[in-house]
Amino acid sequence: MSLSTAIRDRDVAQLPSRRDEDWRWTDLRGLIRMLPPPSAPVEGDLGEGVFDELVRRKIVVANGRGEALIEVPAGETAWVALRFISKSDGAHAASARVTVGAGATLHLFETYEGEGGYVAQTTLTFALAEGAAVERVVLAADSPGGVSVSQAEVSLAAKADFAQTVVTSGGRRQRIETRVAHPGGHASLRLDGVYLLADKAHADLTTVVTHDGVDGTTEQLTKGVVRDQARGVFQGRIIVAEGADRTDAKMGHHAVILSDKAEVDAKPELEIYADDVACAHGNTVGALDEDALFYARQRGMNQAEAHALLTEAFIGQVIDRIDQDEARDVVRAWAAERLRA
Amino acid sequence: MLSVTNLHATVGGKEILKGLSLEVPAGQVHAIMGPNGAGKSTLSYVLTGRDGYQVTEGTATLDGEDLLALAPDERAARGVFLSFQYPLEIPGVPALTFIRTALNAQRRARGEDEVSAPAFLKLAREKAAALKIDFEMLKRALNVGFSGGEKKRMEILQMAMLSPRFLILDETDSGLDIDALRIVADGVNALRSPDRAMLVITHYQRLLDYITPDAVHVLAGGRIVASGGPELAHELEASGYERYEKAAA
Repeated sequence: MSLSTAIRDRDVAQLPSRRDEDWRWTDLRGLIRMLPPPSAPVEGDLGEGVFDELVRRKIVVANGRGEALIEVPAGETAWVALRFISKSDGAHAASARVTVGAGATLHLFETYEGEGGYVAQTTLTFALAEGAAVERVVLAADSPGGVSVSQAEVSLAAKADFAQTVVTSGGRRQRIETRVAHPGGHASLRLDGVYLLADKAHADLTTVVTHDGVDGTTEQLTKGVVRDQARGVFQGRIIVAEGADRTDAKMGHHAVILSDKAEVDAKPELEIYADDVACAHGNTVGALDEDALFYARQRGMNQAEAHALLTEAFIGQVIDRIDQDEARDVVRAWAAERLRA
Repeated sequence: MLSVTNLHATVGGKEILKGLSLEVPAGQVHAIMGPNGAGKSTLSYVLTGRDGYQVTEGTATLDGEDLLALAPDERAARGVFLSFQYPLEIPGVPALTFIRTALNAQRRARGEDEVSAPAFLKLAREKAAALKIDFEMLKRALNVGFSGGEKKRMEILQMAMLSPRFLILDETDSGLDIDALRIVADGVNALRSPDRAMLVITHYQRLLDYITPDAVHVLAGGRIVASGGPELAHELEASGYERYEKAAA
């Protein structure tokens, strides 16, 4: 049951549906009555990507054509912009394979850019060798009519460092999923997310982290702002296997709902089978602080300005955690534009 | 300047202001004193337009313009400033960003040009120095982790930067030690001018030793029950509010 096999076989029966516990808030079976034909190749100029100026290597995968291969040899540092472009009303699947050698560093700036009523599946694998470091920044700007599922499998070796920030404005139905095999061994993981949803947008940020060895850390902070009839979904699961002692895991999910018809569904889960662990999670969903709003308005900001200032500050705490300065500025500007729209 | 006539207001369906009338002419500082629960904070919120404070009768005008018809930010753009009894913490927004956003919002609303970044920073440095606020503190999230005294100084700094015409100080002395009180009072006094007016709301007379009012009003039971000169504050300090509470009941 997956979108990729459904696309391959043009068989809607293989789509995940609300009967699958992991997909109950992002039902594709109920949404897609018929899978569209395969997308045609994209014609013409694909334009510049928002991160192009920050990198040496640019990879574009348009309408699922081609597989992106990124290999960073041991000890080296690479800067890569990876653009997944969907421009069609058809269906397509794209993939990327990323390997980062021992002690190597990868700055990966990944974008999803969409136009039309496509159905797209993106599958990524990340393999980090000992002491490798990856910062993955994802900006997902799917089209309001697009259905998009992006699934990443990440495997870490000891002392590896994987830091991810996903920022999305959603799609007709969109899911960005990250599954991490965490070996402990002083490897560290950061999985952050921001969803900024308006109109009828849907975004689902799902993460599953499995701690399998001693001395691993995971830090996770996701924040969302939803308005109109938008729907945000956060599913975060951290599993600490038996014997994975001295695991330190923190998970936070906080959302602000700006309209009566918007919705946020959250399922934070910690499954702990080890004895000696430090795990914490916090989850809040609410309105903007009325007192703070009045305070800002008393100082002269109108309602829209006060909303924008407070929501930018709210998600700013996630964006501030992006290590790379220029990428952080790009993401901040992108988010501010969406909050002020 | 400010003219309030027969103001009635309810909060959560309960009438708190019961026919309050008050005139504060330009150039003057008026103090409002009164027991807890008399409606002092309600008055400040009604004048600034906070949600949940419902005016059921009466008028409030600033230079003849109906304040009650305006949104909170429109009142601010016309020069109404409230120094909060409990200033809000705004996580994620540096104090400088907050103040610059507010200042430019007011300027735009008045049809003025936005202030340039260098001019803004120069002004902020000047005003912060006068209030003995470490400039580095203005780069931190507004009021987050600030002490009570620092928050109150930050209110006065905002006041100095926004340069309002009608100032409401709600229990500005609460939580201040004597040194901080003097700094805050100096900051307030520096803003006294013939075209500004101030309403100083306080429970204790102490603040009025530093900010000398032109008139003192006693607010009890939702109305002004007595008015007088600065000596009235001393008399209240000596004899308490009981007499006025009985009169208002």
